Amino acid sequence: MSGRMIVRRLGGGVLVLWLVSLVTFLMVQLIPGDPAQVIAGENASAADVERIRERLGLDRPVIEQYLTWLFGVLRGDLGRSLFTDRPVTSTILLAAPPTLALAVAAIVVAVLVGVTAGVLAGLAQGSWLDRAISSLATLGIAMPSFWVAMLLVSVFALGLGWFPATSYAPMSRGLGTWASHLVLPAVALGLATAAELARHTRGCVADVLTRPYVRTARARGATTGWLVRRHILRNAAIPVVTVLGLQTGRLLGGTIVIEAVVGISGLGTLAVNSVLQRDYPVIQGYVLFCAAVVVLINLIVDLTYGWINPKVRTA
Amino acid sequence: MTAAVQQETAPARRSRTRVLREVLRKPAAAVSIGYVLLLVVLAIGGRWIAPHDPDVQDLGNRFAGPSLEHWFGTDDFGRDVASRIINAAAVTISAPAISVGIAVAIGLPLGLWAAVRGGWVDAITGRLADTVLALPALVGALAIVAVLGPGLVTTMIAVGIIFSPAIFRVVRGAALAVTEETFIRAADAVGSSRRRTLWVHVLPNIAAPLLVQTTILMGVALLVEASLSFLGLGVQPPDASWGSMLKAAYANQFDAPYAVVPPGIAMVLTVLAFNTIGDAIRDAVGLRRRT
Repeated sequence: MSGRMIVRRLGGGVLVLWLVSLVTFLMVQLIPGDPAQVIAGENASAADVERIRERLGLDRPVIEQYLTWLFGVLRGDLGRSLFTDRPVTSTILLAAPPTLALAVAAIVVAVLVGVTAGVLAGLAQGSWLDRAISSLATLGIAMPSFWVAMLLVSVFALGLGWFPATSYAPMSRGLGTWASHLVLPAVALGLATAAELARHTRGCVADVLTRPYVRTARARGATTGWLVRRHILRNAAIPVVTVLGLQTGRLLGGTIVIEAVVGISGLGTLAVNSVLQRDYPVIQGYVLFCAAVVVLINLIVDLTYGWINPKVRTA
Repeated sequence: MTAAVQQETAPARRSRTRVLREVLRKPAAAVSIGYVLLLVVLAIGGRWIAPHDPDVQDLGNRFAGPSLEHWFGTDDFGRDVASRIINAAAVTISAPAISVGIAVAIGLPLGLWAAVRGGWVDAITGRLADTVLALPALVGALAIVAVLGPGLVTTMIAVGIIFSPAIFRVVRGAALAVTEETFIRAADAVGSSRRRTLWVHVLPNIAAPLLVQTTILMGVALLVEASLSFLGLGVQPPDASWGSMLKAAYANQFDAPYAVVPPGIAMVLTVLAFNTIGDAIRDAVGLRRRT
């Protein structure tokens, strides 16, 4: 990928982030009625309403509010929580590790399960294994991740006791403890992505197998294992990266419900509580954070294409 | 000349029954359509069909297991779970339907506008779509619910707004492809007004991709709304959806661990049905699989 292309993609990403920030800023302005009154609650005293109005700067002109807010965001200052009075930035950074660990673990599960299933199905097209994997993939896409999480917790944590049922253990408590807490939620969250990956990988394997160079390699006596390593996995890397890029948002959104099921106090829990408490600075910070992650991942995906497939580099 | 132009569009119209026949020929799709129709019947006539009154409590019979009397057992108030699932079907099905309707109401006109006008209209609407798409569906819905306040209606609006870019993109893409066709240029040449061209020639030809997209979105919308209800931001008691039933069932998982199964299975089957119908229509009209 040329330098010019990278600059253009970066510019597009920055533009989208700026638009998201604009919409995020407008969230408070768009609250029906008087925002300060709504946030303070129906029974709040006039003094409380005024205090909130002043804290959010709602008494100043909108343009001034926006510029103050925007320059704050650019310096990494997202304001203070209306409830804890702590800076939003540090609140989000404190809540982020469990959520990001969950999302990354889900990606690992999705790639391991999805690519393996897809390659197996692609190599054995038309067999019972292929049909079974296709049916399971269709089912996997239709299952709500939070329901899967409930079932996994019921069976493997409460029933069999193989895994802890709730909460997140930081890595400082040992890698084993950390991983054992992550297994069930990561499987639940990653399952639908695995199903999507399996479908695309299968299609890619089926496509590669029809190529003349594969026939040539077979004629020269190449084993299936060699084919998988040398040609199939390399070609499958592109749909895998594409699907993962498209699924980032789904995975990030999915952490909200999974956290609620498993009782992880991460970003999702923070966001839901903030919505229920009408803690707008925190919600705004969360929305911006999620958008930044999605834009960043898409940028990385674009750059990865050039690295995987030299043909794209000049495009 | 008009006759010639009409002949050009005729295939799009005649093929409608052919598409339906082809979809119904697939057993999975036929079963799915039957299942969705059954759900619609349950949603409308649930009150009369349900074996028990979904709201009658029997506190002496809480968390009863499945029996002939109560197929799926009873919940934390001793209410019949099967009847409650049937009763909640109405909200569970109509909420995503209204959301997708809102998404079409926003995305269809904007998509057509962007495709026909091009230029700055296309640039601005495209950027707006990118902006909404930069947010994960659930995060965006959460943000809108934060503004409008929790509840069933605001959830439906939120999901509708979040899904409008998906409709917008499909409509814009299909409309752009159609405007390249010769019969559109022919219509232009014979002096057909822009509005007439849009209604008579463009709309029928984007119907297929739009139908596929709305069917698939029904399943996704159902999952997003179930998630919001599970989080306590969507359907509020005493109303119930399968999502809010799961929330209640999960809160009582120690007393009745199997209670999360029936609403979940109902949800999986419904999403599966919409996905199957969407895939079948896509195959029947010869569109490429989504990537």
